[in-house]
Amino acid sequence: MEGAPLIELRGITRDYVLGGDRVPALRGVDLVVRRGEMVAIMGASGSGKSTLMNVLGCLDRPTSGTYLLDGVPVEGRSDDALADLRNQRLGFIFQGFNLLARTSAVENVELPLLYDRRGRFPDPRARARAALERVGLAGRLQHHPDALSGGQQQRVAIARALVTEPSVLLADEPTGNLDSRTSLEIMALFQGLNDQGITLLIVTHEDEVAACCRRKVVMLDGRIVSDQPVEERIGAEEQRERLGPAAGGAR
Amino acid sequence: MRWIPLTRFALRSIRRNPGRSALTILGMVIGVGSVVVMVAIGQGAQARIQAQVDALGTHLVVVTPGASTRGGVSGGAGSLNRLTLEDAERLEREGLRLSAVSPVIFTRTRAVGGGGNWRTMIHGVNSRYLEIRDWQVASGRPFDRDDERARRKVALLGHTVAEALFPEQDPVGQQVTLRGVPMKVLGVLQRKGQTADGTDQDDVVLVPHTTVQARLSGWSFIAQILASAWSKEDVPEAMAEVRTLMRHSHRLASWEEDDFTVRDQGALGEAARGTTEVMTTLLAAIASISLLVGGIGIMNIMLVSVTERTREIGIRRAVGARGSDVLAQFLVESCVLSALGGVAGLVLGVVATVLVGRLTGWATAISPSVLLLSFGFSAAVGIFFGWYPARRAAALDPIEALRHS
Ligand SMILES: Nc1ncnc2c1ncn2[C@@H]1O[C@H](COP(=O)(O)OP(=O)(O)O)[C@@H](O)[C@H]1O
Ligand SMILES: [Mg+2]
Repeated sequence: MEGAPLIELRGITRDYVLGGDRVPALRGVDLVVRRGEMVAIMGASGSGKSTLMNVLGCLDRPTSGTYLLDGVPVEGRSDDALADLRNQRLGFIFQGFNLLARTSAVENVELPLLYDRRGRFPDPRARARAALERVGLAGRLQHHPDALSGGQQQRVAIARALVTEPSVLLADEPTGNLDSRTSLEIMALFQGLNDQGITLLIVTHEDEVAACCRRKVVMLDGRIVSDQPVEERIGAEEQRERLGPAAGGAR
Repeated sequence: MRWIPLTRFALRSIRRNPGRSALTILGMVIGVGSVVVMVAIGQGAQARIQAQVDALGTHLVVVTPGASTRGGVSGGAGSLNRLTLEDAERLEREGLRLSAVSPVIFTRTRAVGGGGNWRTMIHGVNSRYLEIRDWQVASGRPFDRDDERARRKVALLGHTVAEALFPEQDPVGQQVTLRGVPMKVLGVLQRKGQTADGTDQDDVVLVPHTTVQARLSGWSFIAQILASAWSKEDVPEAMAEVRTLMRHSHRLASWEEDDFTVRDQGALGEAARGTTEVMTTLLAAIASISLLVGGIGIMNIMLVSVTERTREIGIRRAVGARGSDVLAQFLVESCVLSALGGVAGLVLGVVATVLVGRLTGWATAISPSVLLLSFGFSAAVGIFFGWYPARRAAALDPIEALRHS
């Protein structure tokens, strides 16, 4: 598995048009991500990280350049085809969790399965339950988002991203709204998933988060300016244990 | 996308906001309700007119003097007095499809009796007349052939006349004076009600036509010949037969036009029926406008709902919903809403119809087809007016939608 290019970006640019002005958010990004990688994407605010993630997540189309996902070109596909790609091959995790309000955890996780057009998931409810168990929320199936802590909400979002068995998880500042202890819990979860072979791209501002990944890409003004393996990878689980028992009893 | 989850999404969002959902469908409820009430009133009026036409008699065939004009009104002065007793006798004798025939002579006069007097219409008829009109006496007895032949001074009082002259007594056996001629009251007729054009059919005194001609009116003529066909199915052929016999009786050559008019009961009610049909259509049209207004109400709230749920739409798109999935979800939602409004409107309409009937005494008639139609119409309105908001929802850019707070 390891070694096959999962994502190949060549000369990706993305210009926003704001009141007649062209705002280049990506100015030519080349990036290859292989199966099983866990990549941190860092960079100052406004450097184009979110724009890049949206392109990778097929939520947005690049202005120019080529994007191969699993060896298949993404450009020129219809909106419906992009929706199907998001559904089948991509799992997106947001800073703000983006769960459906007043909808139980299990129903949130079930959502992508209900948009599956290939009939792969005959029992979406059971699958959603399994995904929630996988992220450690077996006891919170019926909880609504507002009855869950930030970390738990993000776990629900991760379960939702995982549930369709996508090729890659894309997380845009997944720990941005969480305290450092909870961040480490989420990173430990990501590391566990990565150990199971899941490919992850994680946008972050925090060095600690980046240090949990295997590779670190730094962006500046819409370009990749540095791309290196992480020398001393931190185990998020051990790091968290070093913080001592949680004061607030977070699980 | 499967329809079951789609419908579930729609139902959930309707349930989640019961107050708003109720407001959304309120216009629809009122729209459908008013269509049901209006049509029920209109059809009730039509049914009433039909009943009135039916009350004219059984399988009635009416001959009037003069050629029929375009409006169905009998002709001018030249054709007056062209119906004769012989015509009536000939129809009675030779009309194979006629069960009974009676001439009718009209004369308006004052009836004096029981200490009062009352202006009314005298109908000079024969002893078969009641049978033709499907009319019974409420008390006393009808006059018979003997009375007719002997030109006896006997009368049957219509309900209105009996009430007017003898409010506290039994009129049977009493005396009424018509044009100075005392008549013995043989009986009182059963109540018949109004005709379609509002004439009181009970404001009448029936006297043998022979008596009328001999004693009351120096100058009377036969205004109508009433006949009864054996059955409803016989009416068209009976009319043809009447026409043939009348032409014979009047010795009309083949090139001459009819100098009389033959009509059936249906034709008599037609004008009134036409009017109420127009009225029903008009009422339904006005009510349909409120249905449209209801649809616009749904569209408005759905538009607000789309704006409020922009983020939800973004989330759905991000996890793989196609634009068409979002479109379908909102369409299902507005259809379910307007169908709910339709059902509630039907209930409201039926209840209101019953109430209107009770309070005003108007006749109402609720037909299943109207219920079905207005329900179907409300669902269609849901699709029509749900389309635009759903389209807007589907066209939202996923990223923009996700960014929406
Ligand atoms: N919808 C938009 N319209 C116009 N400009 C945008 C839009 N989104 C982002 N930008 C601009 O593009 C650049 C990159 O933004 P973004 O990808 O969000 O950066 P980051 O996530 O690294 O903070 C910024 O200069 C930002 O102002
Ligand atoms: Mg960003």
